[in-house]
Amino acid sequence: MIKLTNVSKEYPKRGFALRDVSFHLKKGQFAFLTGHSGSGKTTTMRLVHMAEKPTQGEVRVTGYSSENVTERGLWKVRRRIGYVFQDFRLLPGRTALENVAFVLEVIGTSRKAIVPAAQRLLAQVGLAPKAGALVNELSGGEQQRVAIARALASDPFILLADEPTGNLDERATRGVMDLFWDINAKGMAVLMATHDLELIKRYPHARVFELDQGRLVYDSLPD
Amino acid sequence: MYALREAVAAFQRAPVLTGLSSAMVGLALYVVGLFGLATYNLRLALTSIEERVEIAVYLRDDARQSEIDLALTELAAIPEVRSVSFISKRDALDRARADLPDFGELFADLEVNPLPQSLEVELRPGSRDPEVVERVSDAAAAYPFVEDVRYGEEWVDKLFTLRRIGAATTAVLGSAFALVAALIIGTALRIAVFARRDEIYIMRLVGAKGSFIRRPFLLEGAMAGLLGGLIAWGLTYATYRGVYSYLFEVAWLPGEWIALGLLVGGIFGAISSGLAIRRHLREV
Repeated sequence: MIKLTNVSKEYPKRGFALRDVSFHLKKGQFAFLTGHSGSGKTTTMRLVHMAEKPTQGEVRVTGYSSENVTERGLWKVRRRIGYVFQDFRLLPGRTALENVAFVLEVIGTSRKAIVPAAQRLLAQVGLAPKAGALVNELSGGEQQRVAIARALASDPFILLADEPTGNLDERATRGVMDLFWDINAKGMAVLMATHDLELIKRYPHARVFELDQGRLVYDSLPD
Repeated sequence: MYALREAVAAFQRAPVLTGLSSAMVGLALYVVGLFGLATYNLRLALTSIEERVEIAVYLRDDARQSEIDLALTELAAIPEVRSVSFISKRDALDRARADLPDFGELFADLEVNPLPQSLEVELRPGSRDPEVVERVSDAAAAYPFVEDVRYGEEWVDKLFTLRRIGAATTAVLGSAFALVAALIIGTALRIAVFARRDEIYIMRLVGAKGSFIRRPFLLEGAMAGLLGGLIAWGLTYATYRGVYSYLFEVAWLPGEWIALGLLVGGIFGAISSGLAIRRHLREV
């Protein structure tokens, strides 16, 4: 599903962000990607999302390789990946329904099907009653749920979540994590970057990758 | 549908800038329209002049009838020649009397007919440009019994030169204005891209095709161009009315020229947007 083979990423000014990282996240697995700030978590997520290419090595995502994906063909990979951020990145001034509907329209859902599909996705994340609310008026946890509904709109194989609970209180964090596990239980691979070790300890069944200064220093379930 | 909705929304979001883009396209096309109007009227004038172009081949008095008959046959055989007629000295005098009645007494007192006999060569329609006229004239002038050949070469050449100057001026000035218009459309698009950067980010994130992201901007450019075409049409028409009412009679442009102008405006807007959008999207 996600396979990194001897991946290094070097930036001209910053130097190496990742050094010789290899791991293989299989279908239906749930994994935390942890490490201190600057350890390479976000770089790894961006490489998996193919927002960047590795300097060395290969990133394979659902059959697509970083070696031959072109900018023109990038959309095909992106539709197989849902992405959730710490700061939600919703469209302000629009309702929860409109935020999800926007993505459905972008990926070419027929006009008739857009609203029912958006409602169904919001119901899936427990936000059906707030479908008509402006996203700026929702709580952090609710906004993150809208973001998750939006990430699921393209029916992806993988869900990437970059510090998704970083801005949430304890209760909202639990709600979002429950949602991730529900999604994972349906067969979707989840890769979640977080520096919150307490949170990781609460889910002992999850796989854990730890990065330190760009190197993979721990894998709880190596191949 | 999405592209159209977003393009209209972009117009509403920055009406001054998109209005300025349209105005610049309008000015560029107005220059083209003005010269187009002038060129079109010049063409009409040239066509009517061309229809009157005849070559008068004046013959020496001692030309023999057999030689004249041979010239008649040979000149009539040139593909661009419609007809050749012989005007005798007497015919020429009769024509002069009819055309110039004020000089009736002068013609009556003549003891010797001073007018030369001649051949009048009429060209086929479409074969009346300076090159053909000159070629046929040279063929006529080659006969030894020909005194002179006249076809008003000076003003035919001048009118054709004027038409060429008009077309060149249109191209140069129109291009200069078009360049400025393209730069302004590019700036307007940059602002539109910036205003929609969040949406563009989300679109890329979820796997929108590049064409889907670009389409609203191309449409916005095309709409600005089309609006510019309409502005140019309005300005050109106002100028035409002004000239027609206060200066002299001119003909209005044919419908297909106007449709072409609007189409060019739209295509120009879309191309300008297409060139600008790739660069600006990379900045988001």
